[in-house]
Amino acid sequence: MVKKTADGLILLATLLILSTGTVFAAPPIKIGGLFSVTGPASFLGEPERNTAQMVADQINAAGGIKGRKVELIAYDTQGDATKAVQAATRLVKEGVVAIIGPSTTGDSMAVIPVVERAKIPLISCAAGIKITEPVKPWVFKTAQNDYLAVARIYEDLVQRKMTRVALLTVSDSFGSSGREQLKALASRYKITIVSDDTYGPKDTDMTPQLTKIRSGQAQALICWGTNPGPAIVTRNARQLSLKIPLYMSHGVSSKKFIALAGDASEGIVLPSGRVLVADLLPKSDKQKKSLLAFVQEYQKRFKAEGDHFGGHAWDAMMLLKGAMERGGATPAAIRAQLEKTRNFAGIGGVFNFSPTDHSGLTKDAFVLVQVKGKDWVLVK
Amino acid sequence: MGSERTNLLKFLLFSGSVLVAPVLFSGGYLMNVLVFVGINTMLAVALNLLLGYAGQISLGQAAFFGLGAYISGVATATYGLNPWAAMGCAAAIVGLIAFAIGFPILKLKGHYLAMATLGFGIIVYIAFNETVELTGGPSGLTGIPYFTAGTVQFDSDMKNYYLIWGFALMTILLSVNLVNSRIGRALRAIHDSEVAARVMGVNARLLKVQIFTLSAVISSVAGSLYAHTMTFISPASFGFNFSVELLTMVVIGGLGSVYGSFLGAALLTLLPEFLRTFQDYDIVAYGLLLILMTMYMPGGLVRIPSFVSPILAKIKAGVGKHA
Repeated sequence: MVKKTADGLILLATLLILSTGTVFAAPPIKIGGLFSVTGPASFLGEPERNTAQMVADQINAAGGIKGRKVELIAYDTQGDATKAVQAATRLVKEGVVAIIGPSTTGDSMAVIPVVERAKIPLISCAAGIKITEPVKPWVFKTAQNDYLAVARIYEDLVQRKMTRVALLTVSDSFGSSGREQLKALASRYKITIVSDDTYGPKDTDMTPQLTKIRSGQAQALICWGTNPGPAIVTRNARQLSLKIPLYMSHGVSSKKFIALAGDASEGIVLPSGRVLVADLLPKSDKQKKSLLAFVQEYQKRFKAEGDHFGGHAWDAMMLLKGAMERGGATPAAIRAQLEKTRNFAGIGGVFNFSPTDHSGLTKDAFVLVQVKGKDWVLVK
Repeated sequence: MGSERTNLLKFLLFSGSVLVAPVLFSGGYLMNVLVFVGINTMLAVALNLLLGYAGQISLGQAAFFGLGAYISGVATATYGLNPWAAMGCAAAIVGLIAFAIGFPILKLKGHYLAMATLGFGIIVYIAFNETVELTGGPSGLTGIPYFTAGTVQFDSDMKNYYLIWGFALMTILLSVNLVNSRIGRALRAIHDSEVAARVMGVNARLLKVQIFTLSAVISSVAGSLYAHTMTFISPASFGFNFSVELLTMVVIGGLGSVYGSFLGAALLTLLPEFLRTFQDYDIVAYGLLLILMTMYMPGGLVRIPSFVSPILAKIKAGVGKHA
């Protein structure tokens, strides 16, 4: 018995030595990923994780970065700050050169102290303005700031000569950030907020809030949330025959929203990243090439519509790839090169990072789209 | 239970291993996880006092934990209070809240008590989310300072490990002494039959509220420690899920055993880290393990010796036969 085990061990050891001896290629570049694949924010984390893996595979299929393969180590944060910090600490110890994600603003804020201490660049996929303002040396982000979307809506209101709006926002991090920006920018566009209501992320009926809004003085309603809440608002608004125009946020810019809201969604206007209308864009559009590459590949691999959430991860991976190709695969070089990125036409927009701007987008990152005949059309 | 002497020996042995553990893991990311094991141990022990000894369920422990974290966080980040003072304030406020709600809530029994505490947990969770001006809302509260003592700032996993385990060991010592005192016996009497306990002259109503308050205060201290080591808090960490996770720790570790709570906390905090190798299936493996453990070790992890010893005896007997 004892002899047999010893023989087995020797065999195993020999195999191990052989297997490591034969592989002499450069070690892969480790990239960390933190995505909320499960939990309430899984609608963000899942497409992001899928996309990041897809891009990593594409890079490897094309021969890697300067001959080195990339290895994506992705962990699930479950949308919980504690778990995000544990996973980030683990990634740092595993020797990743950069981290992509987390998916939510809360998780991102929680891991910032970890990456700042370890001096590892982080490219967050969350939208919260707090992530990159004030600028932190090692922290970047690809998701569009909410105020850019707010600015798009307010510009349209000004054009349509409307000045009184009602707000209806969801009480989660996406909604509260939107609400903050809606209130902050109102005065610049001479817009008065006549009512300010919220609803819970799991609410199934928003009739009470809408009844109150209907009896008020608002000329337009802006709803800020992610599926399914805004679809319920849309249906309730139709049931109450609310006459004022309804604006949504980029949080619902996917076909799923139209499917959920049905006929009631007709005519709704919202700011969206260009990914939604990739095929409608003119050839001259800088982002068109990236957009089509992403959408088609995603459709092929996952049999699903590539959305702008996946796009955040696509941008992060591509920014990282560019930085590593220019400067090498060390955290410090990546950080320096990320900061020098100019005119990178990605999914979320055209990125221009600088030492004073780590979010890199302008309000051109958004276009206004409208639901017409159960599909999206560009608003001119 | 054992005599006072064996209790002391056990505690010293445990403290010793806590003291030397960093030597084994130093530098590893596991240090960071062990910090959370310490926090979860405090929370699990606190819940076990209530559930394992007094037999009163609480599904709102995450709320006390969260209140401790938020009171500490807001007092230091927004109002510039010293972290130690903030921790004391938080504990006092949470203690008062628990004492006040304890009287009406603990009149309830069984499912009704579970629902009432659950309700309290949800109310507090919603308050964290909705009072954006105060708590930062769903995207969290930033800028919470680290603890400092003199010129030492507790800003590394190693320092925080000793800080938090200091508190965790104090919690364990307090609990072990408590459950082996007259109060502990009274609590177990309430657990078995509240009526009988009252007949024997135990003020069951007051005692239940007191232990509920103690449990809340320990949870609040754990919350403050959490806030000042993470330096960032968001409501998602203090939701209903976490209350259930704590309950699982206590049950898996062993009801009515202080060290069992440590085992449960350690297992549930470390397990996900080891299961990460299963990638997407980690949740499945995790669930499966929990089911198997409750099926085959209903007494919890502390009963492992009594679970293993008959098997060992059998093996020994078998070996004896062959010899």
